[in-house]
Amino acid sequence: MAHLELDDVSAAYGTFQVLKGIDLSVARGETVGLVGPSGSGKSTILRVLTGLLPPSSGEVRVAGDVVDYSRASEIRRLRDRCAIVFQQYNLFQNLTVLENVTIAPTKIRGRKRAEVQPEAEALLARVGLSDKLGAYPDELSGGQQQRVAIARALCLKPEILLLDEVTAALDPELVSEVLDTIRGLAAEGMTMLIVSHEMGFIREISARVAFMAEGRVVELGSPADIFDNPQKERTRDFVGKILRH
Amino acid sequence: MELFDLLTYYNVLFLAQDALTTLALSAFGCVLGGILGTALAVVRLTRGKLTLPLRGLALVFTEFFRRVPFLVTLFLCFFAFQFGGLEVSTLTVGCVTVVLIGTAFLAEIVRAGLQSVHPNQWHAAEAMNFSLLQTIRYVILPQAWTVILPPAFGFFILFIKDSALASQIGVVELTYVGKVLNNRGFSAGVTFGTILVIYFAISFPLARLGAKLEKKLGSSRTR
Repeated sequence: MAHLELDDVSAAYGTFQVLKGIDLSVARGETVGLVGPSGSGKSTILRVLTGLLPPSSGEVRVAGDVVDYSRASEIRRLRDRCAIVFQQYNLFQNLTVLENVTIAPTKIRGRKRAEVQPEAEALLARVGLSDKLGAYPDELSGGQQQRVAIARALCLKPEILLLDEVTAALDPELVSEVLDTIRGLAAEGMTMLIVSHEMGFIREISARVAFMAEGRVVELGSPADIFDNPQKERTRDFVGKILRH
Repeated sequence: MELFDLLTYYNVLFLAQDALTTLALSAFGCVLGGILGTALAVVRLTRGKLTLPLRGLALVFTEFFRRVPFLVTLFLCFFAFQFGGLEVSTLTVGCVTVVLIGTAFLAEIVRAGLQSVHPNQWHAAEAMNFSLLQTIRYVILPQAWTVILPPAFGFFILFIKDSALASQIGVVELTYVGKVLNNRGFSAGVTFGTILVIYFAISFPLARLGAKLEKKLGSSRTR
């Protein structure tokens, strides 16, 4: 059984149809990459999976459980299972690094601070930020902030991690430190859905890659299939463009 | 000197009592108005069909009472109580008026402050299962203080002065007592000079408090 499944999922912003029948599945422990031009709906899929945008039709299943988006309790459950890391990190500016990581587990989930804090410290140590626990987000570089964001997502103990262009806002020399963190997660068997423009990274880390355009999955296959031997005209066109530069 | 004649024991008591009325009236409007205004601001930030009528009400309320002059609202309340056949003191009418106006203005100030915080802070909190109130309490309000406090304290100080209008319906407050003393034969210069000093003595510490709070709550953390 797939860990995460989207079955003919459509979604719209107002009257603008962004997703037009997405079929996609991610196996347990698998990393799937989403690539495609801007506006193709990649990030929208992640918004649907965190309940920020309910689908207009179709079905989302997590470990076989159908998510009923009309019920607040099921959206909460979905968010407990899927954590997202945003392109712009979205760290809480008023809280320190440690507080950013611990606030949701303690204040929202009601776990004991004494129990959460060592976990948070361990996660921050793992992303190499042990010396920044008391720092505020605006005192950190983009790469450091993004690693805090990853630690914050992991402290929620999600089953599935959604990464939305997590390196897009970073200076080139900071990209590798974030990618190293994600590599480590993949190696540990975290189920991940990754939207990225880092084609080299997507190719390296993904078991499968979905190429999206105009709200549809145009082609789905192994990284080698998609990047070296695309079957569809639209995919060839995209891959040709990104490999040319 | 005339000033010493004015400052007899009973006159000082009279002044102090009415300074207290002015202070109480303004404090009532600011504190209760602040609480209710924040509630209205939060209502206006909700989404979905369920709270739509509430949102509409909140919008009409804030827009209406921000546009009607203080004095008109005061008479509106005064006559509304009369029509309703309710026997209440003019001070009660004054209190209701200041709360209505305080709520409307502070609702708008708080709403603007909450909305000034970057949308990505809301998204992150929502994706982590924060409720609307939890998001506001832990994430948004701490970042909104810098935007809320300066206009809020500016409003408080204007409000203390506006409360003088309550004398128009017979609430015995600071301005009213000025008129009374003036009628008793004290010169306008001395009586209203004294009143002025008292108004200043009330509003100046408030302005200082505002500046202090801004400094404390609105550090560089909140952009």
